[in-house]
Amino acid sequence: MNLCLVEHLDGVATDASLQAFTLAAGLGGETHALVIGPGGAEVAATIPAAVVYVAEHDALDAFAPDAWAAILCAMPSRTGVTAIVAPGSARATDAMARAAVRLGEPLAANCISATPGNPLLLTRIRWGGSLLEEARLHTDCALLTVVPHTLPAVAPGSPGAVERFTPELADADLVVRVRERVAPPAGGVSLTDAKVVVTGGRGVGSAEGFVVVEELAGLLGGAVGCSRAVTMSGWRPHTDQVGQTGNKIAPEIYIACGVSGATQHIAGAKGAKRILAVNTDPEAPIMSVADYAVVGDLHEVLPAISAELRRRRG
Amino acid sequence: MKALVCVKRVPMTGGRIVLTDDEQAIETKHLGFAISPHEECGVEEAVRLVEAHGGESVVLTLGPPDAEEQLRDAMAIGADRGIHLVTDGEEWDPEATAGAIVAAVIADETASGPFDLILFGNESADSGGFQTGLRVAYALGRPCATGLKAVAVGDGSFRCEQEEGGGRNVYELPLPAVVTVLEGLNLPRYPSVPGRMRAGRKPLEASTPERPASRLERARLVVPAGESKQAEILGHGADAASAVVDLLEQIGVTS
Ligand SMILES: Cc1cc2nc3c(=O)[nH]c(=O)nc-3n(C[C@H](O)[C@H](O)[C@H](O)COP(=O)(O)OP(=O)(O)OC[C@H]3O[C@@H](n4cnc5c(N)ncnc54)[C@H](O)[C@@H]3O)c2cc1C
Ligand SMILES: Nc1ncnc2c1ncn2[C@@H]1O[C@H](COP(=O)(O)O)[C@@H](O)[C@H]1O
Repeated sequence: MNLCLVEHLDGVATDASLQAFTLAAGLGGETHALVIGPGGAEVAATIPAAVVYVAEHDALDAFAPDAWAAILCAMPSRTGVTAIVAPGSARATDAMARAAVRLGEPLAANCISATPGNPLLLTRIRWGGSLLEEARLHTDCALLTVVPHTLPAVAPGSPGAVERFTPELADADLVVRVRERVAPPAGGVSLTDAKVVVTGGRGVGSAEGFVVVEELAGLLGGAVGCSRAVTMSGWRPHTDQVGQTGNKIAPEIYIACGVSGATQHIAGAKGAKRILAVNTDPEAPIMSVADYAVVGDLHEVLPAISAELRRRRG
Repeated sequence: MKALVCVKRVPMTGGRIVLTDDEQAIETKHLGFAISPHEECGVEEAVRLVEAHGGESVVLTLGPPDAEEQLRDAMAIGADRGIHLVTDGEEWDPEATAGAIVAAVIADETASGPFDLILFGNESADSGGFQTGLRVAYALGRPCATGLKAVAVGDGSFRCEQEEGGGRNVYELPLPAVVTVLEGLNLPRYPSVPGRMRAGRKPLEASTPERPASRLERARLVVPAGESKQAEILGHGADAASAVVDLLEQIGVTS
């Protein structure tokens, strides 16, 4: 039997959780699901698991990772579980790592596939997806997290049964707990949701140089991104950074200007449908990951694109 | 304030990853080495905390003899001393790594007092296990918050922040604590020339732990397929503008 941790937001199971469910179901046997916190019962009704467990407790209004781990470890049907699968979100990964320590088990983070058996054969990502690792996991209870956006989500459906329970939580499980929530700032296109992202790299040359990047992004209703070379130079804030240690983006088109195409940068743009590179160097590594390219100085190319967009709009 | 920060030496791959013939590692013959940007921010934060509150910052790595380079880099930025758990270069899994770090922490605390704060990267740059910091925290019985973008030590309080869904989650932890941090926490300084000179003379303690067997056994590494294509050249310089706008219209992102 497998157990899948299902996260939910505003009463709806997250896509990443339903993708993790697909991997769990592929391991064979019954798949059970666990939903934690307020709103869990409504969410449970949409998950096609044999049994959906809903953990309810007053202390679960605010996220408390040790409490989540305690619940994962003390599930009513824990004894029969041979795999616990969770989405690779920050929250679920944190809770799974804590559960792994409590259970004395290894944790395989960021898997993209798993073949049942003991050892379990799995493929997980390294370097933010620039490299894959095939591994054997030797354990009776495998703990896995699943990379978001690589597997199809399971279609919503009715569960076989829903079982609500109140977990026992120790004071120590509530020491680390969200005390305060600061709401997101209003307005603007977020980098992670934008349909068009125009990024400037070191080739932009200065903070002021970004006006040509901002202009094009503005005309296309898109967001501005940057490379780490730019962040480190203090030209843009880290919140604009795309890459392994920055934002993971998934636009219709990614316009990367003055960016060489280091694997750690491209790791953040794997979700992009198309990449257009603007670079003075026709041999730059980005030329072999981009779909389209313009060879030239971005300070000439970008204003010309913006002017052409304006001209056609009349 | 006594702060410890744990860093891992990793190769700096460029535009393409090349594997060794046995597919067990990255071919590093022509590569430089670094630590994860998350860990760089951890080093910077540890140094700043000690600058603000007094005390001592210590940097630790488990890695091959050459990983001394990463310890010296951290000392050039301001870490006061280093702990090197020397390996033969074989990769250690997170359970094993955490075990060795815990033993080193306990030994250091016995000799020179407890660490108020132990900082980790949220995930290592190469293997991305997302767990070493938590394993150490549990073994030491200390609270741990992960993926932090802000930390502030006040009078008897420790406030830290995580970004989530565009907003922020605020935690307050008792000290001593363990944290895992993300790039963006601060803007790390570049080492100065005198900083580099001083780093060479700072104390470094080395020991050689035993590597236990791993239950997460690597079979081989694989470079993902479809990484290599040849971009279609739409044009050169400003003359390409018209072809680019044609493409944008075709995709339907111009209105
Ligand atoms: C563990 C780790 C994690 C990392 N995470 C990230 C990350 O999240 N994001 C990230 O971006 N990087 C990351 N990096 C850094 C990465 O390896 C590169 O150093 C970085 O992406 C380089 O930025 P760049 O392409 O802007 O600069 P460069 O590599 O210097 O490239 C500049 C490019 O601009 C071109 N150019 C110059 N002038 C012009 C002009 N006028 N017009 C057009 N083109 C021009 C040049 O031909 C060149 O190709 C990470 C590194 C490590 C080791
Ligand atoms: N070999 C190592 N030596 C020192 N610290 C390490 C080592 N491996 C991992 N760490 C620390 O643990 C963090 C998380 O690693 P991981 O669990 O592999 O993602 C890293 O960012 C480092 O701070």
